[in-house]
Amino acid sequence: MAKLSYERPVIQKLNTGSMNKFGTRTEYAPVSHIEGVAVKDIIAEYGSPVFVISEPQIRKNYQNAVRAFKTRYPKVQFAWSYKTNYLNAVCKVFHQEGAWAEVVSIFEYKKALGNGVPGNKIIFNGPDKSEEDLILAIENKSLIHIDHFDELYMLIEVVQRLKQKASVAIRVNMDTGVYPMWDRFGFNYENGQAWNAINKIMSHPELELNGLHCHIGTYMLTASAYATAAWKLCDLALNVKAKWNKPIQYLDLGGGFASANTLKGSYLQGPDIIPSMEDYAEAISSTILNFGFKQNELPTLFLETGRALIDDAGYLLGSVIATKRLSDGRRATIMDFGVNLLFTAFWYNHKISPAQEFSHHTEDMVVYGPLCMNIDCIRESVNLPLLSKGDQVVVHKVGAYNMTQWMQFIQMRPNVVMIDGQNRVHLIRHKESLDTMLQYEHLPQHLEKFEL
Amino acid sequence: MQLNKNIAVSENGFIFNPVSGDSFSTNPIGQEIINLMKEQKDRKEIVKILAEKYATEEAILEKDLADFFQMLLSYQLINSHD
Ligand SMILES: Cc1ncc(COP(=O)(O)O)c(C=O)c1O
Repeated sequence: MAKLSYERPVIQKLNTGSMNKFGTRTEYAPVSHIEGVAVKDIIAEYGSPVFVISEPQIRKNYQNAVRAFKTRYPKVQFAWSYKTNYLNAVCKVFHQEGAWAEVVSIFEYKKALGNGVPGNKIIFNGPDKSEEDLILAIENKSLIHIDHFDELYMLIEVVQRLKQKASVAIRVNMDTGVYPMWDRFGFNYENGQAWNAINKIMSHPELELNGLHCHIGTYMLTASAYATAAWKLCDLALNVKAKWNKPIQYLDLGGGFASANTLKGSYLQGPDIIPSMEDYAEAISSTILNFGFKQNELPTLFLETGRALIDDAGYLLGSVIATKRLSDGRRATIMDFGVNLLFTAFWYNHKISPAQEFSHHTEDMVVYGPLCMNIDCIRESVNLPLLSKGDQVVVHKVGAYNMTQWMQFIQMRPNVVMIDGQNRVHLIRHKESLDTMLQYEHLPQHLEKFEL
Repeated sequence: MQLNKNIAVSENGFIFNPVSGDSFSTNPIGQEIINLMKEQKDRKEIVKILAEKYATEEAILEKDLADFFQMLLSYQLINSHD
């Protein structure tokens, strides 16, 4: 006789007195397939843990975002924020869809060039650009977004020496009613610093002030903050026009639209509270359209949206290493992935689904990663089915910032695969090995031998 | 190993401790184990019975049973482990 499938015994106390007004959302609906491919097959072929990226989801997100803006504003250009996920396969999907590149270091800049993005379609942001970096960007006619006066003075010196023109913008920081205010990047609007920088630029004919840029924060929960930001950039643009009769070519509103993840400490679930792409598009478009630009001088709207375009296209598949009982009676589940791979677990309560069927019985648990370090906690409290060693799980909405901020700490980084529109699985980043690590190490000769 | 006196077990997995007023729920295998305890089966016998019935290893059953008994103890449904 065939044996019955096993589920471990569990007993839970029923707390009738303490109703949580938000209810507890259980996350036990199994997710056995991603884009039509079985989770167990992906793990069998590529190992556990493994990152999975859905190409169709990226394209869908991009097209939705473009539609939301282009139906409201005539001139819109997205630039893919490389730091959000700079795996070449991911960047190329965005470039195929029409996105330019937005980079914040020479490493990202060269990656974009290597991906075939024309230099004049690369936005070069960030506080760290060396003289050499600036020369390369000038020669490639890239859009240089100046972050501070030291960069501005260096750039002036370089263009005068090279006798070449540079296309520039300044990054502006400002009060949009959202706190804490991001004032460490760029020039401040309220105290006149941004206007001073503009005056400085306009006094140097080698610098062509084509744009104004801001990135007001990330995971912004109010669309109206973007209306404020757009208003302040428009104000600067029309002041430039009034003083020098120079129309500003583009306004870059940066990134920061929220993805559907749930922030730590939030009772409300991400999908229930975040503004839609349409909300952001409406706030920005209507502000610019109503500001009073001449029809033929309406600036192009650039967007550097990152997480909102990729988070839900990324999954992390993993397996249960062990389950144990903590001293206070809580259940703990140890996974084969931790904060080494899931940096965003520090900000988000990532949704975790089992990849196989379970009964409806569930238990509260803390979910740990495999690192022998106290910080390695993925979920402090989550209600999941009765997971046991070897069971597989799917972590959702991990496409943004994890495959760039992951760390090689204790463990090595795993395979990353992409599933295309025909349900084919492609390896897009090979897992690291001991050899990968040792490649970069050098041993002084006198340390070679020892006896124990 | 014996359940404490007066503990009421319903057919659908609800358990009531009239002394403390606490109630509990358990899954089908948990209920099965409690029923075996009521039939005075000891730990070894329970492992054997379950191992014959379910697709799992004895080592896993032993580990999970130990955990289950620990929870029964912490909920004051049993008085000692063995
Ligand atoms: C300048 C700039 N642009 C765009 C982004 C992308 O932001 P998000 O992923 O929040 O859309 C960032 C992220 O930090 C940024 O610094």
